[in-house]
Amino acid sequence: MSSVAASPAVTTPREERLRRPATLSVYRWELRKLVSQKRTYLGLGLAVIMPLIFVLSQHLRHDHNNRENIFATQITQSGLATPLLMLLYQSFFLLPLIAALVAGDIVAAEDNNGTLKTILTRSVDRGQVFAAKTIAALTYATIAVFLSAIVATAAGVASWGFKHVTTFSGTVVSAPKGLLLVFAANTCYLIPLLTVACIGVLLSTVTRNSAAAVVGTVGITLVLAIVSQIPGLDVLQPYVLTNQYSNWHGLLRTPTDWAPIAHSAWVCALYAAPALVAAYLIFLRRDVAGG
Amino acid sequence: MRAPEHAAGHEDAPPVRARGLVKRYKEVLAVDHIDLNVGMGDVYGFLGPNGAGKTTTLRMALGLITPTEGTVELFGRDPLREGARALEGVAGFVEGPRFYPYLSARKNLELLSALDGRGARARIDEVLEIVELAHRAAHRVGGYSHGMRQRLGIAAALLRRPRLLILDEPATGLDPAGMRDMRMLIRRLASDGITVLLSSHQLPEVQELCDRVAIVDSGRVVYEGALADLRRRGGAGYQLHTTDDARALQIAREQSGVEHAMSAEHCLVFQAEERDVGALSLSLAEAGVGILSLTPALATLEDLFFRLTEDKGDGEEPLLAPEDGLDARVDRLVGAS
Repeated sequence: MSSVAASPAVTTPREERLRRPATLSVYRWELRKLVSQKRTYLGLGLAVIMPLIFVLSQHLRHDHNNRENIFATQITQSGLATPLLMLLYQSFFLLPLIAALVAGDIVAAEDNNGTLKTILTRSVDRGQVFAAKTIAALTYATIAVFLSAIVATAAGVASWGFKHVTTFSGTVVSAPKGLLLVFAANTCYLIPLLTVACIGVLLSTVTRNSAAAVVGTVGITLVLAIVSQIPGLDVLQPYVLTNQYSNWHGLLRTPTDWAPIAHSAWVCALYAAPALVAAYLIFLRRDVAGG
Repeated sequence: MRAPEHAAGHEDAPPVRARGLVKRYKEVLAVDHIDLNVGMGDVYGFLGPNGAGKTTTLRMALGLITPTEGTVELFGRDPLREGARALEGVAGFVEGPRFYPYLSARKNLELLSALDGRGARARIDEVLEIVELAHRAAHRVGGYSHGMRQRLGIAAALLRRPRLLILDEPATGLDPAGMRDMRMLIRRLASDGITVLLSSHQLPEVQELCDRVAIVDSGRVVYEGALADLRRRGGAGYQLHTTDDARALQIAREQSGVEHAMSAEHCLVFQAEERDVGALSLSLAEAGVGILSLTPALATLEDLFFRLTEDKGDGEEPLLAPEDGLDARVDRLVGAS
């Protein structure tokens, strides 16, 4: 700045718009921040690589008499069995972990780096920042689910063809309808997964520590899964979050069973709404002194 | 850069007005009933030793933390009640500027301009030029030196075309040339009509830049007012150079109202009230001693700062008693000097 005196003056445009930034603008920048961070790709990388490893392992395997579930029995008969099987396998741990990776980090990392105070002293309200961060975390989880589904579908179809698939109730559905069901199943699975992300955002806001929030989020889902297995606590099972991971099974029955989907929607709302409201109120009122 | 005329806020309200600010962390009282009055166009120094409560006060001013008691208003608006609206026309940083290390300087400024709106994005090139970072704008901030980050912090503040600039230790960690350049920049911004609230340890910097100061110690304001006033009241000393300093010293010691007269290098020094200085000059004239120069020797800010913020620790009565009001405390300071 040695030539400060000679540097150009900042001019003031007369007709400058006085509009304050919209939450959408803040959200876009949250996505751009995610895109610019290497750790973002860790989760997405896992979402991509797991279906590929699975398909590769099936090629190397000679015995395909797996009777574990109906999609396992069709693995070499229809490429569309692969995404459904992957959803079944990944839904309990891997995808919640990927969702937690960003949701648990999205507030805490900025608090630790001190950038939270940087953005909170601009022209956006805390509520806008919180909304943008939450939606960005949910967006990331959604992208991870569909990316994994797309890769699994592509790898499965490339390996075993775009063929009809048999559902849980033994009904054979055409390949195009099967593809639609794959998409619908992943969409339904988003209901509990986005709830996990909401819990991640809450822990990120409360703990101000990324690692604690990520581990805490995954830990909560594991504890809930264990609770649902404890004999004598059967009465709780319908209301345990991790039991909602299989809500999409209803789509693969004939006739379609919408009950588990509707049930998971309100059960997940019971988890997600308090988590988000608490996180929002804490974020609005918290002292920002980190970094 | 001109301070914007249209910026939001109450046009006649002072840039910063804090009343009875208190911040308590469990048993620790970080800020203890601080009042601040930063007027339009002030370059206001906010001084205090480490842990005095400066940064906590600035955080409360920017709405980052909630006061336990009291209020703070920026141009008449309370950041706690009005959120981002209260920060219109206000920019700066506390505890050093923080940026996204994985983004370039330009991307960081683009992000912040998106959070500012009001055409801030169009000013990015200009503010990068002002802080001389245009040639490094494409580089990631993670690779920046401390000084470059400080300059980027100023650039980020200028994007908002502030009427009030709040800077917390802007020269900390800079080399001498960087400190000089930072002072030049602040002086220039102040001359363009921007009110500056400058928290600093650098007493020469504050002495050079600021016209008003608040000195805080242990969470309390021990002085607030014009720097010139403080210096005048804090140091009623004089330097006298005559045609016969030995004779002048003898006369000064005999003169009522003149105290602590003693020889110094090529002159003598003493303390006295203004009217007694007049009487001394007449006595010297009557004795045939010519006065070559008679100059008031004002205390430096550093002298005053240490007198205001340090107990003597030698069993003497402390300069400051917490129960005193500001005027009483300054009077005691003057009496002790």
